[in-house]
Amino acid sequence: MIVEIGHFALALALGVAVVQALVPLWGVSRRDAALASVGPAAAVTCFLLVAFSFLALVVSYVRSDFSVENVVANSHSAQPLIYKVTSTWGNHEGSMLLWVLILTLFGALVAVSRRSLPTRLRAGTLAAQGFVTVAFLAFVLLTSNPFRRLDPAPGEGQDLNPILQDLGLAIHPPLLYVGYVGFSITYAFAVAALIDGRIDAVWARAVRPWTLLAWVFLTLGIAMGSYWAYYELGWGGWWFWDPVENASLMPWLAGTALIHSTVVMEKRDALKVWTILLAILTFSLSLLGTFIVRSGVLTSVHSFASDPGRGLFILAILVFFVGGSLALFAWRAPLLRQGGLFAPISREGALVVNNLFIATACATVFIGTLYPLVLEMLTGDKISVGPPFFNATFVPVVVPLLLLLPIGQTLAWKRGDLLGAAQRMSAALVLAIVSGLAVVAIMRGGPVLAPLGIGLGVFLIAGSAWDIGERVVRRASGASAMLSRAIGLPRSAWGTAFAHAGVGLSVIGIAAAAWSAEGIGVLKPGESLTSGRYTVVLETVTPRKGPNFTEDVARFRVSAGDRQLKPVEAMKRVYTARAMPTTEAGIRTDGLSQVYVSLGEPQGGGIAVRVYDKPLILLIWIGAVVMAFGGALSLTDRRFRLAVPRRAATRTVIQPAE
Amino acid sequence: MRRVLALLMLGLLCASPVRAVQPDEVLPNATLEQRARQISGGLRCLVCQNQSIDDSDAPLARDLRILVRERLVAGDTDEAVRDFVVARYGNFVLLSPPLNIRTIALWVAPFLILAFGLAYLGRRSRLMRTPAGQQTKPLSEDEQARVDALIRRDGN
Repeated sequence: MIVEIGHFALALALGVAVVQALVPLWGVSRRDAALASVGPAAAVTCFLLVAFSFLALVVSYVRSDFSVENVVANSHSAQPLIYKVTSTWGNHEGSMLLWVLILTLFGALVAVSRRSLPTRLRAGTLAAQGFVTVAFLAFVLLTSNPFRRLDPAPGEGQDLNPILQDLGLAIHPPLLYVGYVGFSITYAFAVAALIDGRIDAVWARAVRPWTLLAWVFLTLGIAMGSYWAYYELGWGGWWFWDPVENASLMPWLAGTALIHSTVVMEKRDALKVWTILLAILTFSLSLLGTFIVRSGVLTSVHSFASDPGRGLFILAILVFFVGGSLALFAWRAPLLRQGGLFAPISREGALVVNNLFIATACATVFIGTLYPLVLEMLTGDKISVGPPFFNATFVPVVVPLLLLLPIGQTLAWKRGDLLGAAQRMSAALVLAIVSGLAVVAIMRGGPVLAPLGIGLGVFLIAGSAWDIGERVVRRASGASAMLSRAIGLPRSAWGTAFAHAGVGLSVIGIAAAAWSAEGIGVLKPGESLTSGRYTVVLETVTPRKGPNFTEDVARFRVSAGDRQLKPVEAMKRVYTARAMPTTEAGIRTDGLSQVYVSLGEPQGGGIAVRVYDKPLILLIWIGAVVMAFGGALSLTDRRFRLAVPRRAATRTVIQPAE
Repeated sequence: MRRVLALLMLGLLCASPVRAVQPDEVLPNATLEQRARQISGGLRCLVCQNQSIDDSDAPLARDLRILVRERLVAGDTDEAVRDFVVARYGNFVLLSPPLNIRTIALWVAPFLILAFGLAYLGRRSRLMRTPAGQQTKPLSEDEQARVDALIRRDGN
């Protein structure tokens, strides 16, 4: 029964979303305050209905209601409770419902936010969000209905794909979706601003927290996905440049650029047109990512969701929203008055350069991801664009950006002093060079670029620390004065420093991968295998039984030189329902490094074992978490907590075209 | 969900019981093995799509890895080994597409975008500076006197 009610609630939500999309705009154009204020109520109602519908699906998963087709295909009664819950979104239909849930959640958040938004902006934003909601609700209801019943109901489900039966599925998709879909709000704000024909610092200040929020979650979501792949896929890779990853990297890059350009807009009333375009592009890239993943267009025959109907539907949504907003942009953007000019050597000038480099990096990923598809359509040639391509193009674009970052970070607004900034950063630069040289001395050779990478990472961290330190020390003497000054610094300054230092940490982690080592061998109990700094000894191989799988557990002693680490277990599992084998790597963390043990097949009385020494690898994800922490810190900045001031009387008003 | 799809694909297609490079494949000659790993890392597994044969678990990838090693042992250069595989499977097998008339746009686009962007910014910043200098007329003597007077009054 609850399944039918859930289905009905979803259909009802579609109706409410139509109201949310149309009525506020109609109200604004008729100057009818009552109609214009329907938006918030509709947005909240829509969210509650979708939330109920989502809960209904979760409940049928928890109850293992095998009369529901979706539950049968992706769940098993022997699953632990947590995986029964996460199975809800471990499939196409459920994940799209989660997508819509988060979409409506953001609409509702804007509706109830205490921040005083100009009425027209709020109405326009909720309407734009409503349009997106209508499209995706229709998509779920028409092509991906998770509530379809099955008669007769089978006695047992087909289980969730074993690789997805992991805590990663509980965390990664929700985080990623909050990020991905969160950018719908910046998109809606941009569309509303274009319809309204006015954009100013108030707009920038209203949009910025939402952008930061989405960005923080997207950062965490990507990092979590990367770590999940690292420990689950069994060979210790953490980024593969595959289209599905690129699909999430593109909105992240565009969102990063957007965060920086809204600062310029807020402080200097400049970069308006560009910022609007970025806001549109960021969500467009999210939509493109959804299309790539959901249609399976880039993975052709091997896609698991290869339903052409769905692909076409999302393509239509993509064309409508991207094309529509860009057309709106082309029509209205010339009407927006460009803001103040500024000197090239200044904080805002540096941020423009930042945007150029990030946009180029994003374009590189975009071209690399879609080029094979376009080329195949035009000429029939099949080519592959893989990691070597991105390493040769993406990295050279990003490295100069990171080199310039600490200097740009310390430039003053309006009129910066490049020489002074460079001088201020000289201590950080010296530290970076010294650490690079130290690495060369300690490691005795090895890859040439890796010490440079370490130096770059140190430069980023030291530069951020120096920037904060200088602000604290400059106008304060004595420890207590410094402390109060440190506390008094805007949270956004701390946020910037943390986020940039996080980039530095990740860069060090990535660079250190050059010293990773791999050992392959066939081991019998008692035999050892050495890889880099670590030696493992196979102790025992024993069978074990899990709730819905059986596994062989290999136990290893781990040592680094004379130092004994805790033992580690690596598993080979067979999930009974699908008779599908998986391997669970055994990972032992040693400081910031990890020993990674993965099992192969039994061979000649022993078992194939692969051992990796992964130096400093944890820094890659710690860096991402620190970046997200920096973003969250900026989000708590005073200027976002206080009510936005009313628009100044001398605002820039643009008359609508008609 | 991006990862989910990737995982599913790998799970469905590449979960055969072989896992990447096997102990019995490794060449006794460390230099040759190093070269083999280098080459394998740039060759695409034709079953698993977005994986190199070095990472892939598919039987076909294993065959290719062994093939690469056989060619190396036979004395082929890295280039010759790659050409040998491309001759059989086409450019699709190369993870780094070869530079030719059809991929030139792919390879130069990132750098062109950056160059155009920098050129545009450079032009704009120069435009921004020059008119500012030209359009501001110097103060007339009267104006200068008034400014001086104001400064004096402020100073007192």
